[in-house]
Amino acid sequence: MSIDSISLACSAIVLLLGSAAFAPLLKRMQAFLIEFSFLLSTVASFLVTAAGVWAVARGINEQVILLIGLPDLPFHLRLDALSGFFLTVIGLLSMFVSIYSIGYVKGYIGQRSVTSLVIFYCLFVAGMLMVVLSDDALCFLVSWEIMAAASYFLVVFENEKPENRRAAFLYLVVAHVGAIAILLSFGILAGFAVKAESFSGYTFDSMRSAQLPIEWATAAFFLSFFGFAAKAGVIPLHVWLPEAHPVAPSNVSALMSGVMLKTAIYGIVRVTFDLIHVFPVWWGAIVLILGLISAVMGVLYALMQHDLKRLLAYHSVENIGIILIGIGLAMIFKSFNLPLLAALGLIAGLYHTMNHAMFKGLLFMGAGSVLHATGERNMEEMGGLIHKMPWTAALFLIGCVSISALPPFNGFVSEWLTFQAFLLTPALPSPLIRLLIPLGAALLALTGALAAACFVKAFGVTFLGHWRGQHHPRVHEASWSMRLGMLLAAVTCFCLGILPSAFIDWMDVIAEQFTGTTIASSAGRYGWMWLTPVSYERASYSGLIVFLGILAIVALAFVMLHVKAGRIRRVPIWDCGFEKINQRMQYNATSFSMPIRRIFGYLFSIRERVELAPQAAHKAFPKKINYHISIRDRIWGWLYKPVVDASFWLSRKVGKLQQGRIQAYLIYSFVTIIILLVFLR
Amino acid sequence: MTVVPYIIELLQIGVLIGLAPAFVGWVRMVKCWAQGRRSAGLLQPYRDLAKLFSKDVLLAENASWIFRFTPYLVFGTAVLAGGIIPILSIDLPLAPTADVIVIVALFAIARFFIALAGMDIGTAFGGMGSSREMMIASLAEPAMLMAIFTVSLANRSTSLSEIIQVIYSGQSVIRPSLAFAFLAFVLIALAETGRVPVDNPATHLELTMVHEAMILEYSGRHLALIEWAGMMKLFLFTSLGIAAFAPWGIAAREELSAVPLALLYMIIKFGVVGVAIVLIETGLAKMRLFRLTEFLGAAFLLATLGMLAFFILD
Repeated sequence: MSIDSISLACSAIVLLLGSAAFAPLLKRMQAFLIEFSFLLSTVASFLVTAAGVWAVARGINEQVILLIGLPDLPFHLRLDALSGFFLTVIGLLSMFVSIYSIGYVKGYIGQRSVTSLVIFYCLFVAGMLMVVLSDDALCFLVSWEIMAAASYFLVVFENEKPENRRAAFLYLVVAHVGAIAILLSFGILAGFAVKAESFSGYTFDSMRSAQLPIEWATAAFFLSFFGFAAKAGVIPLHVWLPEAHPVAPSNVSALMSGVMLKTAIYGIVRVTFDLIHVFPVWWGAIVLILGLISAVMGVLYALMQHDLKRLLAYHSVENIGIILIGIGLAMIFKSFNLPLLAALGLIAGLYHTMNHAMFKGLLFMGAGSVLHATGERNMEEMGGLIHKMPWTAALFLIGCVSISALPPFNGFVSEWLTFQAFLLTPALPSPLIRLLIPLGAALLALTGALAAACFVKAFGVTFLGHWRGQHHPRVHEASWSMRLGMLLAAVTCFCLGILPSAFIDWMDVIAEQFTGTTIASSAGRYGWMWLTPVSYERASYSGLIVFLGILAIVALAFVMLHVKAGRIRRVPIWDCGFEKINQRMQYNATSFSMPIRRIFGYLFSIRERVELAPQAAHKAFPKKINYHISIRDRIWGWLYKPVVDASFWLSRKVGKLQQGRIQAYLIYSFVTIIILLVFLR
Repeated sequence: MTVVPYIIELLQIGVLIGLAPAFVGWVRMVKCWAQGRRSAGLLQPYRDLAKLFSKDVLLAENASWIFRFTPYLVFGTAVLAGGIIPILSIDLPLAPTADVIVIVALFAIARFFIALAGMDIGTAFGGMGSSREMMIASLAEPAMLMAIFTVSLANRSTSLSEIIQVIYSGQSVIRPSLAFAFLAFVLIALAETGRVPVDNPATHLELTMVHEAMILEYSGRHLALIEWAGMMKLFLFTSLGIAAFAPWGIAAREELSAVPLALLYMIIKFGVVGVAIVLIETGLAKMRLFRLTEFLGAAFLLATLGMLAFFILD
């Protein structure tokens, strides 16, 4: 082929940057601007997807050096299988979201100018693409910052609300603390790559060949893991995520949750498996433990939410946890020198990365359609939308089924692979790990079951029953482009669910790159229909046959019962003779999660208050009862508040230096010079 | 390619669909005897189903397609699970389609949609049932997986047919971990099939209902399908337990002549299990909803202990 994949990817990035640069010129024609820019980014994302798919399929490893950047420090780009995989993830979801955005962003016309949204959207996607293509620390960090800054501006897009500004600020702070840690980590790696006599240590190539003493390797790993975990929202670094993701425009939330978090996963895999590549067992154990905590706590927090987008944001914490479980297992197996199992763990983690991008993107787009149609994010005010928004409801349901890990959709495949990785563990020599494996499997199972409960709640309260709200907005179905974007994501979820072995065959080259072995030698041996990791006897799964089996039996039962069908009569709800049943009597989000809140309540700080309105004749017959509940994350109080308080205290103390008098400042300079002269002769 | 396994497969599905009501009838019959009542006979569940199928469907005004689709789906997943779990023979063409994790997930799909159907009409009962069912499931499902995992670790496979083959070949030894797993499995099976002490299948007493609350709005053929699927679920959990812990008698040969003997063994085992269920149900009272956490927590703990025991002792 005359065009290689990396130039295809680069031209897509240029297209996105060009679109961002061109946008201000079109700001007088908002509708045209939206169509033009989002179509352009759809095309660019398609090109990127093609480049990624091609790169992974061929297992290529191409490098280019761009003579931009600082003098003598050119940007290095590389497209290998791992980058190609993440290019595909980002490109695919960006493509769907860009199509969706055409309809969604038009909703803002007449309310506010969308020019900045368009500009930063393009920059954001370009930044993410550059992150996964970078092959040196400088380019990586520049791209990382482009991505962070662009997403900051997207989060504050609706900047008249103070909560949005607060969320965006929190996001910016956490993103930068994380970026500093990543910078320091690269510093350590680069420092050992060359002994400070030249600058060439900043390329990933020289970091790969560096020999690090174990304590410095540990420092580098944990610094970078801290930085990436802050971006990915691993508990306890997740606090910004449920604040920032819901307040961004929904198309941006879809991208942030769906793919921006994945750049952090990319970073973890790249630094661990590629740059450091030799590591002790306990690193993997820590990654696994943090993954488990994030998964279980993330889903429990999600269950407590009644804001639809916030609920989805907490589920991102959960799913990042599940991805880290796979990666943690892969790290443990790799350090025990079990390449086949390491490959299985890594594939499970990356498969879930792809899956999560698709279904979380789909769910956020669905939540965006609901928000667009009703102007409401609070589920307590919703209900019955399945009648007015049938398309959105059906597509959102596919997202719910996928994320709840139910076959034959995609979420199940990756959880199944992760379970297999747990179950194939032989007796490992370390007692800690032996305890960790069964507990890990137990917690993963708990997570899956709780996620299903949470999405019964999310779908049931939002789309089923009657409208719960006080006011009745004119609800309308999403526009064609929004439906198309969601439909494509849903179809991808379905295909990933029923054709897993084809997908694993495609991405196996990544496992080969980092663990030296592939799982497809066993996974695909019995044909494309069967997923059989390790061996046919151990376990097998065929999503397609499960789907066709259910479909056949359902169809058969339906036909047989409709040969001589009884009538269907539509009647009012059975009200037990009470006759005054109303929509406020339905279960809502808070009441649905009450049993689970009662069981796991000690993990949260919950304040409940019941007020009886006084105007009743007797205490036993109140006219009105007010129920207040506030559920807060304990981690904020334990971990963040002390840090925030301490930094304010310190700032006040330091602030006393600022006198506003030039004489005082001159004395400071004078004293500093004297001290430097005395001590640094 | 031989047709025999396919015939066995169809026979097995037929046995599941045909005999599931009889098993429920048997449990009710024994229960009546144990409590000194006269029973309605083994065939009463068939008569109930026939009655429901012949009736018209009353559908609430705002029921959506989910409400109408759910009965078929629930029925479909139960039948599919019956094609995978070795009831009569281990040589099933559908067996490699899904391992135990998938079977647990098949039950989860059915539950997911029943819970949605419970919320579809927008009554308080439906929501209450769904909320409780999902709470129970979210504790029971992981315990179930853990119990099954212990068995699959001991027999080095998650496929039920393979597990039975390993047990038959004599490579399997008695392990302490399996005892834990079995205890946990019994507790979970009671919870998942909605038996006392978790839920009472005979009650329509408003505040204690779980499963019945979700399907309160169903009628006619929809209700019949859900009831039938419920009976199959009890049948399937029994078969699952038998396959995992006491498979002796399930045919291992690929011949039709092995089926009648396997059927006989199956009927004997089911008879015993039915009596055991009755003993548990008459010996225990239904628990308060929030005491279920202890019950299910105990099951979860036992199952996890079983797996820990496997990794540490074996």
